[in-house]
Amino acid sequence: MTKLIIIGAGLAGLSAAISACKEKNNEVILISTMPSERAQSVMAEGGINGALNTKGENDSVEEHFNDTMNAGLHLANPNAVKSLTYHAPQIIKDLASYGTMFNRDDNENIDLRNFGGQKKKRTAFAKSSSGKQIMTSLIQKVRKYEIQGLIKRYTSHKFLKIIKNESDACIGCVVINTQNQELIPIFGDSVIISTGGMHGLFTNTTGSLDNTGIVTSELFTSGIPIANGEFIQFHPTTMKFSKKHLLISEAARGEGGRLFSYKNGKKWYFMEEKYPEMGNLMPRDVISREIWNILNEDDSIDNVYLDLTELPEEILENNLFEIIDDCETFFNINPKKEPIPIIPGIHYFMGGIKVDEYHRTEIKGLYAAGECACQYHGANRLGGNSLLGAVFGGIVSCKTALKDRNNNQNSSETNPKELLEIKEQINQLKKRSRKNPIPTLKNELSNILENSLDIVRNEETLEKGLNDLNNFIDTKVEDNYDSTSGIYENINFKNQCLLAKALIESAIARKESRGAHTRSDFPETNDKDYKKTTIARYNGKSIDIHFEEIPKLRE
Amino acid sequence: MVLINIKIKRKTLDNENSYFQIFKYEGDINSSIAFVLEDINSREKLIDTEGNFAERIEWDCGCLQKKCGACAMIINGNPSLACSSLLKDLIKDDNNLITIEPLSKFPTVSDLKTNKYSIFKSLQDMKLYLESEPKINKNQHESEYQSSRCLMCGCCLEICPNFDISNTFNGTLSMVNGFKLINQENEKNHKNEMIQEYRKHYYNGCGKSLSCEEICPINLPIEQLLSKSNAIGVWGRNLK
Repeated sequence: MTKLIIIGAGLAGLSAAISACKEKNNEVILISTMPSERAQSVMAEGGINGALNTKGENDSVEEHFNDTMNAGLHLANPNAVKSLTYHAPQIIKDLASYGTMFNRDDNENIDLRNFGGQKKKRTAFAKSSSGKQIMTSLIQKVRKYEIQGLIKRYTSHKFLKIIKNESDACIGCVVINTQNQELIPIFGDSVIISTGGMHGLFTNTTGSLDNTGIVTSELFTSGIPIANGEFIQFHPTTMKFSKKHLLISEAARGEGGRLFSYKNGKKWYFMEEKYPEMGNLMPRDVISREIWNILNEDDSIDNVYLDLTELPEEILENNLFEIIDDCETFFNINPKKEPIPIIPGIHYFMGGIKVDEYHRTEIKGLYAAGECACQYHGANRLGGNSLLGAVFGGIVSCKTALKDRNNNQNSSETNPKELLEIKEQINQLKKRSRKNPIPTLKNELSNILENSLDIVRNEETLEKGLNDLNNFIDTKVEDNYDSTSGIYENINFKNQCLLAKALIESAIARKESRGAHTRSDFPETNDKDYKKTTIARYNGKSIDIHFEEIPKLRE
Repeated sequence: MVLINIKIKRKTLDNENSYFQIFKYEGDINSSIAFVLEDINSREKLIDTEGNFAERIEWDCGCLQKKCGACAMIINGNPSLACSSLLKDLIKDDNNLITIEPLSKFPTVSDLKTNKYSIFKSLQDMKLYLESEPKINKNQHESEYQSSRCLMCGCCLEICPNFDISNTFNGTLSMVNGFKLINQENEKNHKNEMIQEYRKHYYNGCGKSLSCEEICPINLPIEQLLSKSNAIGVWGRNLK
């Protein structure tokens, strides 16, 4: 038996778990804070890309590959993207065979819609709740394996630390049971991290509040590098709601929605004017930057709108139902009759845990997949590629883990040194002298980040952010313990600050503009120096930033 | 702007006893209960209306937009999602008092957090998965889509006069989820197995009060799914 430990029960985690159980002699421990129904993956709206070529548009996997690489400004590993796009059509068919309720066309084929950055219809969808519908079918698939005893869920458990053997390979992890605060070591042959993006560092995000980025921050602080951390995707059409942003899916524009603003009292369709060919379906980084420019540079313009009023009732009801429902519930806006005021908001982290083409981290036996990993999307992700990347990343990480397996079956000591370290850390925490409440600190951290890592950045604001962050850590975070927050939050808060610092330092180091990273002081793209992967590594004292060559495409 | 008193049922992790605490909140009348809870929790010091120091409020949340079902709780007596319960719809009298409690049919972990393990176990007991590739039936597509929207929030179980965690009746969400699978399963033995479980864990226990239909936070067409499930599971029909 090979035992895989999977941290995170969202789309990438479930995909890895199913992939393991499809082969004989594997078992899975699936660890998650909440049940899969609560994972951020259920929030994905627009759809999943794959060149199914059923629309008579002569689509191909090569074109999907080119669109993905071009949208990502050639920072993604081309070999990984080649494999992703090649397998995409089969992945969509597999999801349908698990029971995902994709919209179907008149011929009962899986229907495809237009999506940003792609000229061909390539995005399979389930109205505007594609993530939820895919997740439901995978949860049902996983349930079968749970009944068979192949998958064992540890829900209400949070990851604290990986456990390593004497040769520094990962052989398990320590988790905390959130219902009784018990610390538990779990052993296996490999650990796959699929814990989602770093949304929790920010508040201007459409992500789930439960995607804290804490696991990534813990791994980063323990020496595992982060790649391309500066590339943060702002989705052009979001609305501020509660203490975060609410997404208005790209599907709205894929189905014909138009962006405009008022100029001299008249509707100005700025995207269509500047980009006559792709218009409202330019890649997300381009549109977000245009909106940022309009709002920041033209004093007479305060608002940008998304107009769905011209779309046929049938499209609105059948393909965009959830968007209409969200607008009515949360904003009292009826998009059938009035335009939706939108602003860009953080939506996806292209950067994350550094992995190789096969989803290996630098630690033997430790893998990462889904949004927490830096893979497939380069400097900017195509809409419809995140669900795809999560499913495929889950499959690849699982296959690699099975191939590399460590055979650690015998290690199951009850008190690994990592457990003792955490216990000691908890004892020390409680003796600390500062007593700042973590929710207040968290708001302050988000503020610093949001002021420096905006859509358009420059040396001055980035350096100020870094300074503010250093001061903040020195004067408020070091030696702090908040007895009103949990152990887990206390242990990890400084880690989150260090991860935040890595994002800012990565943005400072990349002195060019590319994809989601726009520098007003370096507006040009500089392939010679920066067509490379940014690597941020914590050495225990400071963060080193360097750039690594991107692998060449194999023949 | 509105000033409200929010009365919260509290319980700590290591103590069985519950108690109520009232907090003041001043803000936009369009705020959701989730926003209010976040706001209260992010205060420097948490003090209740009697001037007592209070621990931060434990509650589960995820998407904050009615897509993940994490924040189900009882708000003014009704099981609801905190993210989509807005103050303007909750303030009824001059007191501006809003009471929130954890769902009562599941064990409380702490404050508004409950342990819903039994929900997921019950779906396993009912063998709710597909053995075969799904049967595609265009006419049932919309209903199957609706079935797959269920958030597993538990509001339908909380309101149900027949549901109790200790008996064999698994409540509406098991029927809602089961509908798609029973209708799509091509493998006869497993389909029959699911039908048997459906009768045992759902049909025999449902009193048809349909209180769930009104309460579902995402307005699932429960009555329609119920009649279709019964058509297959009880009357042995195939849906056209």
